[in-house]
Formats: sequence, C-alpha cells, structure tokens
Amino acid sequence: MIELCDVYKIYDEGENEVRALDGVTFRISEGEFVAIVGKSGSGKSTCMNIIGALDVPTRGTYKLNGTDVSKLSDNELAIIRNKTLGFIFQQYNLIPKNSIYENVELPLIYQGIPASKRREMVISSLERVGLADRLHHMPNQLSGGQQQRVSIARALAANPPVILADEPTGALDSKTGKDVMKFLMSLNESGKTIILITHDIGIAECAKRIIRIHDGKIVSDTQNIPKPENLE
Amino acid sequence: MSIYQCLKLALKSISGNKMRSFLTMLGVIIGIAAVITLVSVVQGFSNDLVSTFDSIGTNNITVTLNGRGGNMNIKPEEMIQLADDNRDLFSGVTPSVTLVGAVVKYGSVNISSSVYGGNEEYAKIKDYAVANGRFISYIDTTNRNYVCVIGTYVANELFGMSDPIGKILKINGSAYTIIGILEEEGDSTETSTDNMVIIPYSVASRLARNSRISSYTFVATDSASIEPAKSIIEDYLYDIFEDEDAYNVSNLSELVDTIEDLTGTLSTVLAGIAAISLLVGGIGIMNIMLVSVTERTREIGIRKAIGGKRRDILAQFVIEAIITSGLGGIIGIIVGAVLSTVLAKLLGVSGGVSLGAIILSFSVSVLIGILFGYFPAAKASKLNPIDALRHE
Ligand SMILES: Nc1ncnc2c1ncn2[C@@H]1O[C@H](COP(=O)(O)OP(=O)(O)O)[C@@H](O)[C@H]1O
Ligand SMILES: [Mg+2]
Repeated sequence: MIELCDVYKIYDEGENEVRALDGVTFRISEGEFVAIVGKSGSGKSTCMNIIGALDVPTRGTYKLNGTDVSKLSDNELAIIRNKTLGFIFQQYNLIPKNSIYENVELPLIYQGIPASKRREMVISSLERVGLADRLHHMPNQLSGGQQQRVSIARALAANPPVILADEPTGALDSKTGKDVMKFLMSLNESGKTIILITHDIGIAECAKRIIRIHDGKIVSDTQNIPKPENLE
Repeated sequence: MSIYQCLKLALKSISGNKMRSFLTMLGVIIGIAAVITLVSVVQGFSNDLVSTFDSIGTNNITVTLNGRGGNMNIKPEEMIQLADDNRDLFSGVTPSVTLVGAVVKYGSVNISSSVYGGNEEYAKIKDYAVANGRFISYIDTTNRNYVCVIGTYVANELFGMSDPIGKILKINGSAYTIIGILEEEGDSTETSTDNMVIIPYSVASRLARNSRISSYTFVATDSASIEPAKSIIEDYLYDIFEDEDAYNVSNLSELVDTIEDLTGTLSTVLAGIAAISLLVGGIGIMNIMLVSVTERTREIGIRKAIGGKRRDILAQFVIEAIITSGLGGIIGIIVGAVLSTVLAKLLGVSGGVSLGAIILSFSVSVLIGILFGYFPAAKASKLNPIDALRHE
C-alpha cells in the first residue's frame, strides 16, 4: 500500500546541497510492522514526512494505495493525513492550550463527525491508552509518557489503517518507552500497519521488518523475528 | 470544520489573551465610538436648528419695507388685500410690528417686555396658542381697540396667582385691557418668548417710531407655492416703489436648506476623519493577527498534520479577526451611544443615536475584520505543514 520509487529529497540544491534522501525505493504492505533505523541525520524523518504526506519529494514518486500523492491537491492531502495516516511525533505535538479531550477530538472535528459520535470515539481512544480519566487535563499537567499516549490516542482516534511513529520513545525514559512499544505491537496485532523510526536497535528488533538507512540511502532491508523480550 | 467549531476556537483564543485582544479592539472601539458620537451630535444639532426654523415657519415669507426716502405709501389693508386676491398661494398674512424693551406696568410692578403688533391671524402664523380668554379679533384691529394678549411670564410677574383677564395694564404709558393669555412657549423666564405682549397692529403702529408698519408676514399655502408667492409680492412692491432696494422679501426655507447642506457636509467630513481612525484600527487588527499567526505557526503545523484543510485554518483566523473587530464594534457602539448622550446633554442639543450610524459602523467593523483578517489568515493557511511543525 505504500510505495516509494527512487525518491530523492535534496535541500539547497546546487553546491552545498544536502541529499537527505538519495534514491530510496521500498514498498510496505498492509499489516506490516516496519522499523526504519539509522543514525541521526541519516534521513529517517525526511522519509517519514514524505510517507506522512507532510512533505513532498524533490524527485521520484510516492504512491499510497495506488495513487500518486504528488498529484493530489492540498485538500486531498489533508483528507489522507486525516483518514489514512495517524502520525505520532517524537515531541508529541499536542496543542498546549487545548485539553486532552480537545486534542484527541481535533482530527474528528476536521473529519466533520457529529459531536455526540465524536465524544464516544475520543473516550474509547483515550481508554485504549489508559487516559480516559484525564479528559480535562491540559497537556502540561501530564508526564511525558502520558503526553505521548495522548498523541497516540489522537493518532488512533479517526481509526486510520496506517500509524507512523517518528522516534516515539525518543523523549521517554526506557520503562515508559517500552510500554509505548508494547502498545504499538498490540496495535499491529490488531491489524494496523505500523512504520516506526528509531535509532535504538533494541526497539527496532520488536518490528517484523527492519530498514537501515545511511546518508539518505537504504543499506539493508531485512525481515525480522520480533523480540518482545527486549521490552522486558 | 463547522462555523460553531470556528467560533469556539476564536472565542478561546480571544479570551486566552484578554489584554492583547482588548488592545487590538481599542482601535476599532475608538473609531466606531468617534463615528457614532460625531454623527449623532452633529445630527442632533442640525435637527434642533431645523426644528427651530420649522417652528418659526418655513412657509412664512417675511416682507420688510425700507420705504423710498421716508415716503411709505403702502397701507396694511393693501397688503392684506394682496393675500386675499391670491388665496391659492397665500393662506394668511399679518402685519408685524415689533417693539423691544417696552415698559409694561400693572399697579406698582414694572417689567420690560417685547410688544408685538399683529392682526387676528398673528397667533396662527406665529404658532402661538391661547390658553385663556381670546386672541385679538378683526374688530379689535379695525376699531383700534386697546386690548392685549400676554405671555405667561408677563402674567406671572404682574398678576401672580390672580386672573389677569379683564385687568388693565399699561404699555409705555397707555392702558390696555387684557383679553387673553398665551400658552407657555418656552420656560416662562424673562428671556423666553413667554415675556411678550401682543396688541392689534393698528394700535402698535402708533407706538412705533414713525407710526409705520414696515414688516409683514405672509404664509404660503405649501412649500411649492413659496416661490410664486414671493414673485407676486415682489412684482407688487416693485410696481409701487420701482426700486428693488426699497423692500426685502425673504423666506426661511432657503436658509434651512443651506443649514441642512452645511451640517450634512460637516457630518460627512467628521465621519471621514473618524473613518481614518477605523482604518488605523483595522491595521492594528491585521498586525496582531500576523503576530498571532507567527506565534501559532507550530499549532497550524499540528492542525494541518492531522487533517486540517486550508479553508479550516483560513476560517479559524478570519473568524477570530471578525469576532475581535465585531466585539470592538459593539463596545464602540455602546461607548459612542453613552458619549453622544452625555455630550448632547452638555451641549444642550437633542440626543438620540442614529440607528443608521449603528448599523453602518457595526457592518464596517465586521468588514474590517474580514478585510484585515484575511491576509494573515491566508498566510497561515498556506504554510507548508512540515515547515510549520519545525517552527520554534
Ligand atoms: N529543512 C531542511 N533544510 C536543510 N536541510 C535539512 C532540512 N531538514 C533536514 N535536513 C537535513 O537532511 C538530513 C536528514 O535529516 P533528517 O531526515 O531529519 O534525519 P534523521 O531524522 O534521520 O535524524 C540532515 O542532514 C538534515 O540536516
Ligand atoms: Mg529525526
């Protein structure tokens, strides 16, 4: 369902250009659990942003469910970001002035779901991450792990088939990070496609497939037997 | 995103930044308040002027005779005949004698009063009503009866609680029988119109310096007859005097038109000045909205990343601007209404805030919100999500 074909992302084209992505090709099918690993600055986030329809490649094509994303209008991109993809950021990216409830509700508002149904969906989504008792707290009243769980609840709220997580454990202590990973694994069990970025190989080994990236190029792409024991 | 959601968002953002929102609104508040106050006060002033002239009578034509070398050869009867001959144009006429500072005396009490001479139509033409007794009659003028009708000030001063009718008072030494009392016109003070005595013109002309009647008031049947009526009088007088400087025929409606024109121009100019302050207010809103967009770049990025469409972001910021300016407009209207009421009291003009000014200024303030909110909102909505997210 996700197809990148010879994708380049080049910043400052010309003499001191930075090739954040340098001819990347791969495809990810429904139900996969993929970890993208590589050291800092290797182009992982750039890749994820393109998959997440937040950014466009300089060259190459990105197809999502068979449609060329680069040919979509601003509106159509917004609909994809809203319905097909759920993004989990390293920095949580919650809106600080909105309550937990309002943050999780936002993608549903943009989808035009009526208020009564929204409420149901927000609560069930927060229940899945164990925060249904914090509806009216503000983000800064929660710990980092809790905020990350809110951002996961937000990504799940509209029930998208694909979850994109850019270093979701990066800002968390290892215990909380492991809880988040267990949750992502259970999501994958329930049928969601998950793409995860990490530089922690122990975390990457929980995925079913590992793509290694270095200086914008894929250096290896291997199947992996998940090692949940890494999370013990 | 629904309008309701946009409203909620906008109100949240405004109330989350109360001080700033208020300062942003201040420009609009001042602008709107200024428009309403200035327009209302000028309009009140103009209405007062016009109604003053209306009470004098805009259909009245005043004729003043200067004579020719002191040789005055028009009798009051001739002027009255002129009106009678043209009943389609004239609904009335009265000779008009004015004697300011006459000494009016009853018993031992002396007052200084204005004495006017007229015929039986004088009260109707000058819009005076008799409260008690009767007005001067045709017989009184032809027989030169020494009778008078007095204003409330004169009645109060000379007679106090007792009934003046039938009593005899003296004007500059001659005795007059009081036949009627006028209704209160002003506030019964010495300087008001209530300090007056009306006597038959035929008697008054004897009191006047050279026993001449040099002024007449004609009443045209309606505003359309004013001009033809004036020319008939002018033609008639020219035939007699053969000199245009010997008489003057004038009508107030021209003056009223001029005043209305003048105050109209004045209020347009003032409204223009106030509109400039509204413009400044609008720029203030745009400025703050631009700051707000910059401050919330990251929020915009988040909103776009989770599915906010361009028009959702646009609506969010435009509606915020409209609410800010609309709220400023409402506060401005209230301030303007209070200010114009207070100012009207202080200046002694009739108050009342014009509904037109309120509707206009509210629409203008909402328009300002749309106009000056659109540019920053468009800027926000066009942000690339990833660039917005990276913004610190
Ligand atoms: N907006 C940008 N402008 C210029 N260079 C950028 C920009 N974004 C990323 N880069 C560069 O692209 C490379 C890849 O960045 P990124 O994808 O964020 O790496 P990672 O997520 O693997 O740490 C880095 O060298 C980075 O400096
Ligand atoms: Mg990164």
